[in-house]
Amino acid sequence: MTEPSRYPGYDVLTKRDTPSWNAKTREVIEQRLATPSVPRFFSAEEWLVAEALCRRILPQTDDGDPVSLVALLDAKLLADHGDGFREASMPYMRDAWRRGLAAIDGEAKARYDGRGFAALADRERDALLRFMQGGEVNGDRWSGLDAKAFFERRILVDVPALYYGHPNAWNEIGFGGPASPRGYVRLDGDRLDPWEAAEAEPEQKLTAEQRNRHVL
Amino acid sequence: MSSDPSLRPRATGGRAPDIFRQGGWVPMREYRESEAVDFVIVGTGAGGGTLAALLAEQGFSVIAFDAGGYFRPMEDFASDETAQNQLYWTDKRVLDGPNPIKMGGNNSGKAVGGSTVHYAMVSLRFRPEWFKSRTTLGYGADWPISWEEMWRYYGIAERQLNISGPLTYPWGPKRPRYPYRAHELNTAGKLLARGCEAIGIDWTETPLATLSAPHAGPEGKSPPCAYRGFCRFGCTTNAKRSALTVWIPRALAAGAEVRDLAMVGRIETGSDGRVTGVQYHREGNWYVQLAKNVVVAGYAVETPRLLLNSATGVYPDGLANGSGLVGKNLMTQTNAAVWGRMDEPVRWYKGPPSLAITEHWNYDDNKDFHGGYCWMGQGPLPIEWASVQTGARGLWGEELRRAMLDYNHMIGVKMVGEMLPNEANRVTLADDLDQYGLRVARITYAWGANDKALVNHSLEQMSASIQAIGAKDMFRQEDDTCHLGGTARMGSNPRTSVVDADCRSWDIPNLWVCDGSVFPTVGGVNPSLTIQAIALRTADRIGKLAAAGEL
Repeated sequence: MTEPSRYPGYDVLTKRDTPSWNAKTREVIEQRLATPSVPRFFSAEEWLVAEALCRRILPQTDDGDPVSLVALLDAKLLADHGDGFREASMPYMRDAWRRGLAAIDGEAKARYDGRGFAALADRERDALLRFMQGGEVNGDRWSGLDAKAFFERRILVDVPALYYGHPNAWNEIGFGGPASPRGYVRLDGDRLDPWEAAEAEPEQKLTAEQRNRHVL
Repeated sequence: MSSDPSLRPRATGGRAPDIFRQGGWVPMREYRESEAVDFVIVGTGAGGGTLAALLAEQGFSVIAFDAGGYFRPMEDFASDETAQNQLYWTDKRVLDGPNPIKMGGNNSGKAVGGSTVHYAMVSLRFRPEWFKSRTTLGYGADWPISWEEMWRYYGIAERQLNISGPLTYPWGPKRPRYPYRAHELNTAGKLLARGCEAIGIDWTETPLATLSAPHAGPEGKSPPCAYRGFCRFGCTTNAKRSALTVWIPRALAAGAEVRDLAMVGRIETGSDGRVTGVQYHREGNWYVQLAKNVVVAGYAVETPRLLLNSATGVYPDGLANGSGLVGKNLMTQTNAAVWGRMDEPVRWYKGPPSLAITEHWNYDDNKDFHGGYCWMGQGPLPIEWASVQTGARGLWGEELRRAMLDYNHMIGVKMVGEMLPNEANRVTLADDLDQYGLRVARITYAWGANDKALVNHSLEQMSASIQAIGAKDMFRQEDDTCHLGGTARMGSNPRTSVVDADCRSWDIPNLWVCDGSVFPTVGGVNPSLTIQAIALRTADRIGKLAAAGEL
């Protein structure tokens, strides 16, 4: 994204050692940030397709420190941490992802002269994803998997949850992040505790950026 | 300090976790498998947890089973949406029908304390007429209990849970003031209030099961709420008044045993047709616990699943199923919402999500459909908020990221709406097997015309309310659902209900059901307080039946 940060200088991780983070929170966030960026659940081929897909669902191209969503997705599937249920016409989560990624790649090759999904240009990838969302790509390549359902109820459920569960996303949207045991004293939206992110507004006396360096 | 409560049972060796102290323990009585206890209770949530405490306090021997772990919130709960998925029931299930009910977060729990560990603490009474909705309002089914009796138990539950709420409640018969003062409203709550006033309907502070002041009671270990806003992902400070913080400690102190990470797979029956105990799985092995009575309290999906999975030659259609109604009349509640952006900052992540409420349309019958609904202010955390953007609007890519930037300016109002009972909406057994080798639940659901009319009405009303206060770029989330009910309904006729008013099964006198499954109708309010009121009543009735030699 090209627009300037709404919460300049805000980094939720600076609150790591404040009363806003208990030990368990530090443990799970550290684990998330240390997720290995190598396939453990996916095959190498699946990883490439999933990586290209994640980059279109949550584009981060002009960010300095992008979140590796494919690594988080691989870890989630490895742990099989899902919602548990399946719709009668759908497989369970792991199987849905394996079959879905293979079908997306097959669909790309069929539409674009044998080029797999990872080899497509961004606009080609987006076009294919929009076909899926619009329910326009069912066929033999999908071997019974409903492409629209896979897009809406697997891809759009799983991938955004990984991004918005990451501290980078909390910085971007000005979310207070972990709050345990310390919560909030000032409940109104326009009254900030010192440990909340300040939104950049021209008329502010202290600039948001100065304030955001001290969210302790 | 402690092993992972999701991997190894903690309530063993004569002790159970003291949830109020990091690494702490409290003594726990234990029973042998061969010792037929007075009551085995399957599930420790709003129904089972409450009943365990009240039965143990009357001197009955009680073992309460839960398939989930025994958490100490202060040390085991992260302040994090993702990690706290550990509180949900995410075992396999199959969804079916024209309107599959999304399972997981807001309609299940897998922990000692059940879903009260992550509930939003909204503690509402049913409207009196709903207990006779067939007779007085012309829809649904009558409950076999009078509203006066239920309201008496609501009062007891509210006092024991230390509910915070308004001095006077705008709707329904006069009720006592809530035991604790109402919480201060956050901006989301204040905007709900302004929206209601703008369209000329009442609102009030939501009665909540989280402390608004220091707790002075005998087990006064819960601190006041710290307004963390992570209520639906587990309260790390124990301010939340849940089965885990209120009823289970009382049960243990009164001599009940809790068996955590113990999945009951089957209820055993004897040659006389009565239940004799339960088969359960713990640490890789199956055991049998003998019992004089079994209470099923696994909520509207797991309760019928267990009854159906316990079929025998004598009971080929499952236990307590002479009426054929076990698993049928499943109801969820509609959870539609209207969202919009305000110029002013809202920051809805601060404080409990639903601090203000209107029950206007639960009490106003001037509408052309059956049933009622309330709506409340909202405070979704980022992952849930992203799921609304993708689910209701289909956003992804740059559009999604841009929309998410307005997080701190969003408001939303969300309904809890009554759906009508329909036998075709049901829980049956699928062929898929879970990790214990048990057949999983198949959950089949379709919305009826009345359900859709109710949602449409609410969407109009909610839209008008936030439009009137300047919300911009409004959008609707139309098909979300929340709590469950039905599937083992109570009634006064064995042919048209599964249990009687005492939650005792008509077919097998020492088999009981005590959870949201017994609801003949779900009303337009969150169910937890009603489940607890029923459990309190059931405990009283069991005491009286025992004294009369009728158990």
